[in-house]
Amino acid sequence: MTTPASTKQRLIIIGNGMVGHHLVEQLVEQGALDRYQVTVFGEERHLAYDRVHLSEYFSGRDADSLALSTADYYAEHGIELRLNEAVLTIDRQANEVVTDQDRYPYDRVVLATGSFPFVPPIPGNDRDGCLVYRTLEDLDAIRAAAEKANTGVVVGGGLLGLEAANALRGLDLDTAVVEFAPRLMPMQVDTEGGELLREKIESLGVQVLTERATQCIEDGDTARHRMVFQDDKILETDLIVFSAGIRPRDELARDCGLEVGERGGVVIDDQCLTSDPQILAIGEVALWNQSIFGLVAPGYQMAKAALSTLMGGETRFQGADMSTKLKLLGVDVGSIGDAHGNQNPGARNFRYLDQIKQEYRKLVVSSDGKQLLGAMLVGDNGYFDTLMQYYDNGLELPDDPASLILPSSEGAPALGPDALPETATICSCHNVTKGDICATIDAGAVDLATVKGDTKASSGCGGCAALLKSVVDHELTARGVEVDQSICEHFAHTRQELYDIVRVEGIKTFGELIETHGHGLGCDICKPAVASILASCFNEPITDAAHVPLQDTNDTFMANMQKNGTYSVVPRIAGGEITPDKLVVLGQVAQKYGLYTKVTGGQRIDLFGARLEDLPDIWGELIEAGFETGHAYGKSLRTVKSCVGSTWCRYGVQDSVGMAIQLENRYKGLRAPHKIKFGVSGCTRECAEAQSKDIGIIATEHGWNLYVCGNGGMRPRHAELFATDLNDEQLYRTIDRFLMFYVRTADRLQRTSVWRENLEGGLDYLKEVILDDSLGLGDELERQMQTVIDNYQCEWADAISDPEKLKRFRSFVNDARPDPDIIFTSERGQLRPA
Amino acid sequence: MNTATALKDEAHTDVTWQTICTKADLVTFSGVAAWLATAEGPAQVAIFYLPGHAQELYAIDHHDPFSDANVIARGIVGDIKGEPVVASPIYKQHFRLEDGSCVEDESVTLRTWPVRFDGEKVVIEA
Ligand SMILES: Cc1cc2nc3c(=O)[nH]c(=O)nc-3n(C[C@H](O)[C@H](O)[C@H](O)COP(=O)(O)OP(=O)(O)OC[C@H]3O[C@@H](n4cnc5c(N)ncnc54)[C@H](O)[C@@H]3O)c2cc1C
Ligand code: HEM
Ligand code: SF4
Ligand code: SF4
Repeated sequence: MTTPASTKQRLIIIGNGMVGHHLVEQLVEQGALDRYQVTVFGEERHLAYDRVHLSEYFSGRDADSLALSTADYYAEHGIELRLNEAVLTIDRQANEVVTDQDRYPYDRVVLATGSFPFVPPIPGNDRDGCLVYRTLEDLDAIRAAAEKANTGVVVGGGLLGLEAANALRGLDLDTAVVEFAPRLMPMQVDTEGGELLREKIESLGVQVLTERATQCIEDGDTARHRMVFQDDKILETDLIVFSAGIRPRDELARDCGLEVGERGGVVIDDQCLTSDPQILAIGEVALWNQSIFGLVAPGYQMAKAALSTLMGGETRFQGADMSTKLKLLGVDVGSIGDAHGNQNPGARNFRYLDQIKQEYRKLVVSSDGKQLLGAMLVGDNGYFDTLMQYYDNGLELPDDPASLILPSSEGAPALGPDALPETATICSCHNVTKGDICATIDAGAVDLATVKGDTKASSGCGGCAALLKSVVDHELTARGVEVDQSICEHFAHTRQELYDIVRVEGIKTFGELIETHGHGLGCDICKPAVASILASCFNEPITDAAHVPLQDTNDTFMANMQKNGTYSVVPRIAGGEITPDKLVVLGQVAQKYGLYTKVTGGQRIDLFGARLEDLPDIWGELIEAGFETGHAYGKSLRTVKSCVGSTWCRYGVQDSVGMAIQLENRYKGLRAPHKIKFGVSGCTRECAEAQSKDIGIIATEHGWNLYVCGNGGMRPRHAELFATDLNDEQLYRTIDRFLMFYVRTADRLQRTSVWRENLEGGLDYLKEVILDDSLGLGDELERQMQTVIDNYQCEWADAISDPEKLKRFRSFVNDARPDPDIIFTSERGQLRPA
Repeated sequence: MNTATALKDEAHTDVTWQTICTKADLVTFSGVAAWLATAEGPAQVAIFYLPGHAQELYAIDHHDPFSDANVIARGIVGDIKGEPVVASPIYKQHFRLEDGSCVEDESVTLRTWPVRFDGEKVVIEA
């Protein structure tokens, strides 16, 4: 039963920012709405948004996607949200808050008004084009001003200043940062770290000026403004962003006589109560124990404590850790605890500086060397999580603490999940401990998604995702829960198990496999996966009657379906080498069938916009001219990209094009768990970008160096050097083994890069299996590859010679005319979907 | 929206069993597309054939509302917890063959029509 509105207490929240909104969520979740009738005032016209990721507004995110909630959410829970309505005063006599619209009575008030950017009192600071960086509106103003500007200066070299500098750079301005202190980020890093940071940031083209106090801003000669510094040096710029710190927005509190700190901030106690117990304050406006917390996580903890106070609970705010892990202008910066080592007398340091890789790490440890008191990282935050766990949980350091910051080949030594105590915080945004995670697992959660849903862990900034997964996996395994790896509901097997069954039992069709080892009709997960396994093993044409229903539409019609239901046609152009005659044919075919043509990243030419019913004729003409299918539609070998190599290039040491053509012809048609790309470069200059491919080959004076498991695309990964100076034969044999081992053991839709990252034993294990033949599989893998190579036939050539197979390429079984809903328009002289 | 139909005008009577194609035109465990005359005008229908299954034939809208392309017949057929479904080849939503309802989005349902064999002929009621 809910309490009738009239008997509910009236709670007013002033400020709809990150922390104010978090309090609203807490009120909803903890059932506080039974007791309180809630009204929220927001001065901005936007509903609470993710200020932490504000800069992404410049890199493609819009206001909607940054929003933390929706108006519907507020309405659904009966919370009155009054945006664009600032509170002007709090009338403590009448117990009312006052806006320019009305007066609103209250029983309790929560101040969550955040802070404002401090603009130093420099004459001229209010000139047009002098801006700040805090709200969506500020960013709109910066964007507008940048359109008329060539140069920009950020005043303030702290965290926010560098973020603003990055944004200006992104808006194509020549950017400089002016800092008053002798180094950048004086709060987070020391002299050495600051120096490194400066080098890194300058190498990105951002000018860094430290120890500069601006005296005044006036009209410039070459740009809009001229900044004059203490030593009469000047800097001219079109746009200035002030980021010289934040100040709490405590004006409401001041005006109504609440206690505020000397340097601002509404004084609160552990319960978040101000000097008037009817009024609470949380977030950046609040001053607790003489400190303002300019980060979002402490604000969230205050919101929890405030809720508890409102509900008569026991949760108190007990201060918060200001450790931060950031990426600024692409540079990792991390700071933990007493990073400067100046709060703990007797503290000792370990420091590591690499001026080549530009990395700096520092540990601050207790005098006995057993406790971590603080740490500072510049250049590589890979070390952060482990250090944070030592710090947070007071774990005893290893005998040689330096090992925690020294580079090792496998990156930072990870602290295993079992080494963490129950109290270890895994997710600091939502304050989830390892104990909380264990509790949900004990209560029946058996997978990551459920744990996430139950605890909200990893749903804040997401920084803990990897740690969370390893804790969950570890705890599940420890409880003997078999993590269900079945491919789908139709088979209680992994892809690898199905592969072994197919191999061992010689099963050649999906029907046979599901009858003997599965149940039901199958689905769009297991069917293509099994089709791929069958093709890897036997390489029968995928258009054979038994295989056709298994394929994704791309494989069925041997063409990639585009967004309007038409297809692309991609003939193989091995190694990217093509004769003029063939080039002419491609053009003629495209003209005849009205196709859009584009040179792709894989060094071949795609023809787009083919209608289903035209595919056989198009391919007829291409095959006639000597083309064959390029398998662009398949999870299979795509292309072998090559540079021009020793035949033409004056640097080349081997014939990279020749090798690329050899390899492409050898492995074409190989079906695998995912697509496979190769690259071959003719010398170490690496023009073919082979190290971003699944298989990369780089010529040496003596032969070929082989790199494996690289990736471009969404998650780039450098390929790793696998073997050196191989001759042609050795190269083929090594790749045969490698690819077949991948086909055999990878998960469905797992690229070689991800497969490699999940492979127990890593690269060394892979080398043992492939190069040293530690499992005795070498011959078998080579034989299996030979079968695939021997059974290769162009699927299109096979299809167009078979009337039964061609039946599938009719648009409609009862009408030969094309689909009238496919409509094209033209752009830059070619067709494109309407 | 549609501008072409293969079917003669006399097929535009109220509700009738229309002959669409023959068994030989179908692809087992997969779909083909056809034109169908309906009261609202010509429609593109996807016909799926699951030989040996309790219900062997299904007729469902060929138009995929998520991509606005006519592609459903080219999707993969399977089952989810025993219910036969087809997965759209473009954005992979699943539609139940029985009633056309979308598994991922309750608010979306494709049209379905009764379909059966009449000897070797495939006939649909519309
Ligand atoms: C660019 C940028 C990057 C940041 N990056 C990080 C980061 O990486 N990590 C991190 O932890 N923190 C970061 N922060 C800080 C973080 O955003 C703040 O700590 C957090 O937003 C504070 O929340 P809040 O609710 O206290 O204040 P705010 O989010 O500022 O919300 C206060 C709201 O109250 C409104 N308001 C003020 N006065 C009134 C009034 N009288 N009536 C009605 N409404 C009023 C304001 O308009 C504002 O919308 C960043 C901040 C910025 C600007
Ligand atoms: C550091 C060394 C080099 C790198 C990293 C490099 C990289 C590249 C890349 C990425 C491409 C585009 C490939 C594509 O279209 O997909 C390219 C094109 C090309 N490179 Fe290089 N390159 C380098 C040096 C050279 C040298 C030394 C030569 C010859 C003397 C050369 C000749 C070419 C030619 C002819 C092209 C094709 C240009 C075109 O597409 O119009 N490159 N290079
Ligand atoms: S990789 Fe070497 S051989 Fe190939 S194009 Fe570049 S410079 Fe020439
Ligand atoms: S990058 Fe994205 S849009 Fe471009 S081709 Fe690849 S998938 Fe399509």
